Amino acid sequence: MSLIYPRSGLKAHPLNNSPDYRSTLKRAPSQPLILLPHTLSETTGPVFGHVAVSEIDSDLTRAHAGEPLGERIIVTGRVLDEDGRPVPNTLIEIWQANAAGRYVHVRDQHPAPLDPNFTGAGRAVTDADGRYRFVTIKPGAYPWRNHHNAWRPAHIHFSLFGPSFLSRVITQMYFPGDPLFRFDPIFQSITDERARNRLVSRFDIETTEPEWALAYQFDIVLRGRDATPTEEPHEH
Amino acid sequence: MSTEKPDGLTPSQTIGPFFAYALTPRAYGGSELATEQVAGEGVAGERIRIEGTVLDGDGAPVGDAMIETWQADAEGRFHAAGNAGFTGFGRAETSAEGGFFIETIRPGALPGPNGTTQAPHLTVSVFARGLLIRLATRIYFDDEPGNAQDPVLALVPAERRGTLIAKRGAGGIFRFDIRLQGEDETVFFDA
Repeated sequence: MSLIYPRSGLKAHPLNNSPDYRSTLKRAPSQPLILLPHTLSETTGPVFGHVAVSEIDSDLTRAHAGEPLGERIIVTGRVLDEDGRPVPNTLIEIWQANAAGRYVHVRDQHPAPLDPNFTGAGRAVTDADGRYRFVTIKPGAYPWRNHHNAWRPAHIHFSLFGPSFLSRVITQMYFPGDPLFRFDPIFQSITDERARNRLVSRFDIETTEPEWALAYQFDIVLRGRDATPTEEPHEH
Repeated sequence: MSTEKPDGLTPSQTIGPFFAYALTPRAYGGSELATEQVAGEGVAGERIRIEGTVLDGDGAPVGDAMIETWQADAEGRFHAAGNAGFTGFGRAETSAEGGFFIETIRPGALPGPNGTTQAPHLTVSVFARGLLIRLATRIYFDDEPGNAQDPVLALVPAERRGTLIAKRGAGGIFRFDIRLQGEDETVFFDA
């Protein structure tokens, strides 16, 4: 199957020049980007099949001898292309803070406790329907120094490859109803509200498992459409 | 299966400062999906090492970036059969001093648009705190005569082309610094 990569969808992305997020000030390029034709170098990309992942990689609560503290959750959804077709067999990497809002990373100095039973890194590969599923704990909000009283809304980082260099994306999944959304310059860097809200997962009672874990659905749409779309029949 | 057309792309967000224990987890004892080593032993081609530093608009090192590289093999092919040990994909975390390296084989020339030939190059993604969407760039090589006919370099103003060209120095190591902003800013692409 051959894919094309229209540029029309790219307006959903934030601009690197988003000064309310202060780390952009010295890092966002000041020169205009140069339009790149889509050559073989861009329309191909690394392939990571199921060999890259073992079953336990998608359950972040089983990485240590004991169970982590916090609210156990299921995070599941589908990876789709711009036509809504599943993207099967594609790798997803995730990472997150623990329930107290602390990352394992050595440079995270937030004075909240580390959890010896939680690292917060996972991997999964989508199935034939583009579906993935993680078990983890709900991450906590945490403070940062972007501005006075700055707090990140709870989020899980997602890294995806898709079929090519052009479909590669790193993003963050948020939780519904977070009161910190309106104060967060990273979330708000996406200027289109509908696009922004695509990063908010949906609580799903149907997938929630009784006596065990709440479930959140998060679908991800990657760049790429069928190069030879078939005309849908019109109703007369 | 019914396919409902999605509302639009999932927007990008920054990689943030705390990705290493998941994406480049060597120091954390985690399993690495990909590393600075792109080609295993026995892969055909000229062995090369590319080194560089990622710098911000003040010229300060960016010590929390991730660099990913993607390339053809020595014959200019992607995903060629019978090329075991060659992934084509490299991933490196910058050091506290902003440094990174990639060890690979020199890629071959490959077809470009409209019957052109692309000079050997690596395709690069730069992710970092402060970047809300990855930066796309390319690494070319200063000893390739084909650069003069490369259709992508031709799109770049001549005075900025040099930012895309790694320069061979002592010990045969190619040098490629990435300047995110300001003087001699690296050319980044709208892919």
